[in-house]
Amino acid sequence: MTADMNAPLLAVNGVTLQYKTPRHLVTATYRVDFSVHQGDRYVILGPSGCGKSTLLKAVGGFMNPVEGSIRIRGKEIVAPGPDRMMVFQEFEQLMPWKTVFQNVLFPMKVTRKFARAEATERANAAIDKVNLTQFRDVYPHMLSGGMKMRVAIARAMALEPDILLMDEPFAALDALTRRTMQQELLSLWEQLRFTVLFVTHSIEEAIIVGSRILVLSPHPGRVRAELDASGLDYSTIDRPEFGAMSKRIHDLLFADGRPEKQAATA
Amino acid sequence: MTIDVHHHGIAPMRPEFEVEPTESVTIGDVERPLSLSERVLNNESFQRLMILIVLIVIWELYARWLNNSLLFPTFTETVQTFWRDISNGVLINRTLTSLQTLAIGYVCGLVFATVFTTFAVASTIGTRILSTLTAMFNPLPAIALLPLALIWFGLGTPSLVFVIIHSVLWAVALNTLSGFRAVPETLRMSGRNMGLTGARYVGLILIPAAFPSILAGLKIGWAFAWRTLVAAELVFGVSSRSGGIGWYIFEARNDLDTATVFSGLLAVILIGLLVESVVFRTIEARTVNLWGMQR
Repeated sequence: MTADMNAPLLAVNGVTLQYKTPRHLVTATYRVDFSVHQGDRYVILGPSGCGKSTLLKAVGGFMNPVEGSIRIRGKEIVAPGPDRMMVFQEFEQLMPWKTVFQNVLFPMKVTRKFARAEATERANAAIDKVNLTQFRDVYPHMLSGGMKMRVAIARAMALEPDILLMDEPFAALDALTRRTMQQELLSLWEQLRFTVLFVTHSIEEAIIVGSRILVLSPHPGRVRAELDASGLDYSTIDRPEFGAMSKRIHDLLFADGRPEKQAATA
Repeated sequence: MTIDVHHHGIAPMRPEFEVEPTESVTIGDVERPLSLSERVLNNESFQRLMILIVLIVIWELYARWLNNSLLFPTFTETVQTFWRDISNGVLINRTLTSLQTLAIGYVCGLVFATVFTTFAVASTIGTRILSTLTAMFNPLPAIALLPLALIWFGLGTPSLVFVIIHSVLWAVALNTLSGFRAVPETLRMSGRNMGLTGARYVGLILIPAAFPSILAGLKIGWAFAWRTLVAAELVFGVSSRSGGIGWYIFEARNDLDTATVFSGLLAVILIGLLVESVVFRTIEARTVNLWGMQR
């Protein structure tokens, strides 16, 4: 714990990622470097298809880089593991055959990270934190999309991973729910100060959610900039600084003047 | 192509307004429990019972109109014969013999199916082997294998078990495998994310996630097995002393006792209904329906 406060929690060095489709070998990211420190709300932002989700999968251990290294607390990542809990965009990440409570308890049970009684207590606390106490014994199919997402977040956080990986977690939600979820995530962070690596394609979401923003170039993803957005959130959305940051990111993404409309500015 | 717009496409100016919503208590039925009659009419068992009664009435009326109990006995006559053979124990013995053979064959079939699908999940070559075997053997009627089975295993239970295994194995294996394949990628990743691998991954993630397909396979397998068994007993029940329900039907047909044939068929149908609507319905209600994986 007291090690070197300046040593990054997660160090990504010169990572090139490639995957195969039936017909092509696709280079998703090219020699990407970045580091995430304890307590960061680190956002990876880029246009669709820039390899940001692939990058997150590599941090999750679901694929290995062809070049470069990814280390967490100095240890090379080779396989998926519960020290890096992932929250996916899709709602199917919950087990439909388990209630909300059982879903949150499940990873703690299979990893045996906590004693049984403590795990139960932690699961209940996590469910309380995401305001789902009333729905503790309900099956996921009876929940709305936003509620399922809250369960997934509670499940990931109850396990107390070194880092929380979020792959566009709010992208499939409606705009109003998304806003609520962003605020809830921020207030949870205020309480718990966890480390989160968050992938999005929305500039606004990046500025609201993130304390640091890594901007990736269009395909294949290369680092374009790393910005500090720690002072900006939903309460500053109408301030000029917010607009300036938004404009700056927009210019970074579309610097070559190509009218890439498909990259969302929402 | 031009639609004439009277005000030249410019909407008129209108005042803005805000209103307080009506008190919800004044709306009436926002939510109320259904009345008893509404619940009974919507009940599945009730609806199925109604269908059965209609079918029985049609049967009875047609048989009475035909008035030929050698060709088509009435429902009442069938039920009387059925009751007679239940009371004197003949039908119960026959049924138990059949069910015992069936249980052995069904369980063995499931064991083989588990072995095959385990190999298929573990490796790509296993998948290829299973899908090739299934494509070859699934369309092959179990009855067509009976002559072979008689040569290999002789008359009696082993041959019956062999054909039952054949009819259960491929249906269950095929459904289970396609169920495993249909497990959403996100759910798989979420399981691996928790560090689950090997048998724990299959047992804790894949099997429950594929349970609707596995259950469908079990149902189809059960129906195939029951069908195959009755048919097989009809073929060589003649030389088997302790025959099952197929043998009961065969005997009655030889005596031109059509009411008894009908009562045998009735027993086959009743057992089918019972297993489907009690055993499988209960499993479904406690699993896939509860989990919202099937409606």
